[in-house]
Amino acid sequence: MKLEALDITKVFGSGSQKRRVLDSLTLRVDFPHVLALLGPSGGGKSTLLRVIAGLETPEEGTVSLDGIRMPSEERSLRNYRSSLGVVFQSFNLFPHMTALGNTELPLTAVHGLDAATARKRALGIMERLGLADHASKMPAQLSGGQRQRVAIARALASQPRFLLFDEPTSALDPEMTAEVLALIAELREFGTPMLLVTHEMGFARKVADQVAFLAGGQVLEQAEASDFFDNPRSEEARRFLAKVLAY
Amino acid sequence: MALVLSMTALLCVLVMGGTMGVTRAGWDSVWKFRGVFWSGWLLTILISLLSLVFSCLIGLAVALARRSRLLPLRSAAMLYVEVIRGTPLLAQILFLFYVVANAVGLQDRLVAGVLILSLFSGAYLAEMIRSGIESVPESQLESAKAIGFSIVQTYRFVIAPQALRQILPPLAGQFASLIKDSSLLSIIGIGEFTLAAQQVNSATYRTLECYLPLAVGYLALTLPISLLSRVLEKQLRYET
Repeated sequence: MKLEALDITKVFGSGSQKRRVLDSLTLRVDFPHVLALLGPSGGGKSTLLRVIAGLETPEEGTVSLDGIRMPSEERSLRNYRSSLGVVFQSFNLFPHMTALGNTELPLTAVHGLDAATARKRALGIMERLGLADHASKMPAQLSGGQRQRVAIARALASQPRFLLFDEPTSALDPEMTAEVLALIAELREFGTPMLLVTHEMGFARKVADQVAFLAGGQVLEQAEASDFFDNPRSEEARRFLAKVLAY
Repeated sequence: MALVLSMTALLCVLVMGGTMGVTRAGWDSVWKFRGVFWSGWLLTILISLLSLVFSCLIGLAVALARRSRLLPLRSAAMLYVEVIRGTPLLAQILFLFYVVANAVGLQDRLVAGVLILSLFSGAYLAEMIRSGIESVPESQLESAKAIGFSIVQTYRFVIAPQALRQILPPLAGQFASLIKDSSLLSIIGIGEFTLAAQQVNSATYRTLECYLPLAVGYLALTLPISLLSRVLEKQLRYET
């Protein structure tokens, strides 16, 4: 699995409010299993993830997966998006559907599975993620950690080429954070490459194979996880790590 | 609760009516015209049903137009909503029937009446539908996009079910209003329920005996709507 983001520029706002969130950013990953995107808030991590997911269109630059460029035409872009699984910070489950309904809807509506096959696959995934007892519950009846598991089940069910996590534990309390992080670590078994935006440094160090450090809309450093944490090369990364690891 | 209240109100009217001289003879003379009441009531139902369907279509189209990317479409939709909501229904009926319908050669009162009522109610529905659509959080749309839903699928699976739950109570209120507002069509001589009561009144001079059944007849249509909306609300409820 190869990911190439070349010369990406993304500008938010207009006029004097203009802000270059991504500034001619280039990231090349010959994909190991897990890549963590780290860096200070406002550094462009989440935006980069959203660009890669096909949710934001950059002003300049191209993204390609396995050498195939991300399409710009709406219909193919939809196919592109549906080939990836995105897990959001605030879960974004559909509140009017059960956990099972949330998991199987993309399979029937987007991936063209018949109802029986979709149900079987959704239940299989939910069981593997420890959600078998919660299949018929509404999202509001689930804890935050369980909701995020359902969101992960929903993303995994369509057998995505990539799993993208946008700060998957930022809306959770410490106990649930631990629960979800353990689950994500286990997901390595599924073999699906993962891209993670996270603030959990210990987790990134343990689970990520590679780390990309983003600040000011650019990738300042890209290294093996242990290398990055043991001897960060850029001044910004050193300062960032000193700050977040101080306590 | 509403039922008890309305029953009490009805009882008050009946007692009042007793002191105001409702007589057996009065009821008898009005009873002879029951066919007029009946056909008027049926026509009111027909007008309301047709207007309901058309106003929903108009409301939906205008709500979507207001969210359109095309500025002229957005402006036109806004102008329509503001003009309709800013003028009295009576004035719209008079203007649209005697000026516009006349000019385009639309002679059929019933068709004109249904169209006018649909245009009127459609503006209110458009605003409700729009507010319902806008009540669906951005994060839901993003999730739908990430899954790979098309715009139509996003509306169908994500926006519509959540928006409908939000707007069901005002929607039911608007439908009840629509039925009551159809009474104003009596002004252009459509023989609906209110005109029927007026005609019987001028034939019998029995005011209360004519207008009491009128009120009851409208209640018989609007109360079931509130009840139905309450049942639906319970069914569609989910915690957020």
